[in-house]
Amino acid sequence: MSHKRLSRIAAKRRPRALVFAALGDGTRLALVAKLCGGEPHSISQLTEGSKLTRQAITKHLRVLERAGFVRCVHAGRESRYEFDPEPIEGIKEYLDFVSAQWDQALARLKSFVEE
Amino acid sequence: MSNVIEKRIELKAPVSRVWRALTDYREFGEWFRVKLDGPFVPGQVSHGQITYPGYEHVKWEAVVQKLEPERLFSFTWHPYAVDPKMDYSKETPTLVEFRLEKIASGTLLLLTESGFDKIPSDRRLEAFRMNDGGWTQQMKNIEKHVAQTP
Repeated sequence: MSHKRLSRIAAKRRPRALVFAALGDGTRLALVAKLCGGEPHSISQLTEGSKLTRQAITKHLRVLERAGFVRCVHAGRESRYEFDPEPIEGIKEYLDFVSAQWDQALARLKSFVEE
Repeated sequence: MSNVIEKRIELKAPVSRVWRALTDYREFGEWFRVKLDGPFVPGQVSHGQITYPGYEHVKWEAVVQKLEPERLFSFTWHPYAVDPKMDYSKETPTLVEFRLEKIASGTLLLLTESGFDKIPSDRRLEAFRMNDGGWTQQMKNIEKHVAQTP
């Protein structure tokens, strides 16, 4: 593992915790499901068919925005939200990294006990 | 979708040998590349210093959970908490479990690391997928990487 790569991954750790937490909620998952088609949606569109208020939806959108899942784009007077797949790549990278470290450690254990 | 890393490895050594390599703090340190201050005691924090070349500045800290002789060794930690300026203590730690099983050729070691925060459950993901046909390749990628075959 290169030092640079490790530092870069370490630096990303905190946002990553946010990413996991952002996905651990049914309402937010439903919002991501609506947005991941690629079309930006207004808050009204996202509130449609939901039992939640605009305020509640806005709150959930903020959590997703902080985790980097959605971006707010302004179209005239209206705010629209669009999906950003980048954090999902981040999780994959992190789990791949931890997984690769275990492969190396277990290979060392194997030669240690089999020698 | 699961948030578990799982590894299976067959070791050509008796279970008692593998158990010692895992739970004797000096032997653990040899292959894991950490210099531990003292033996593993369930419920207690294990301290040490990483000896992996280039990472000697990194501290090792884990809380030993279970020591069930020749069967299960587990601890919680913050995986690869390598930045000395960062406070990892507020993050939820992950659980690392080593399970041993006797097999004809020696020992089967099953390693799992779980608890990478709140990943949506299988059921949620399933609902998610059915709700939206346009779900992206990225989600499939993450699923492939974190999903475990039962």
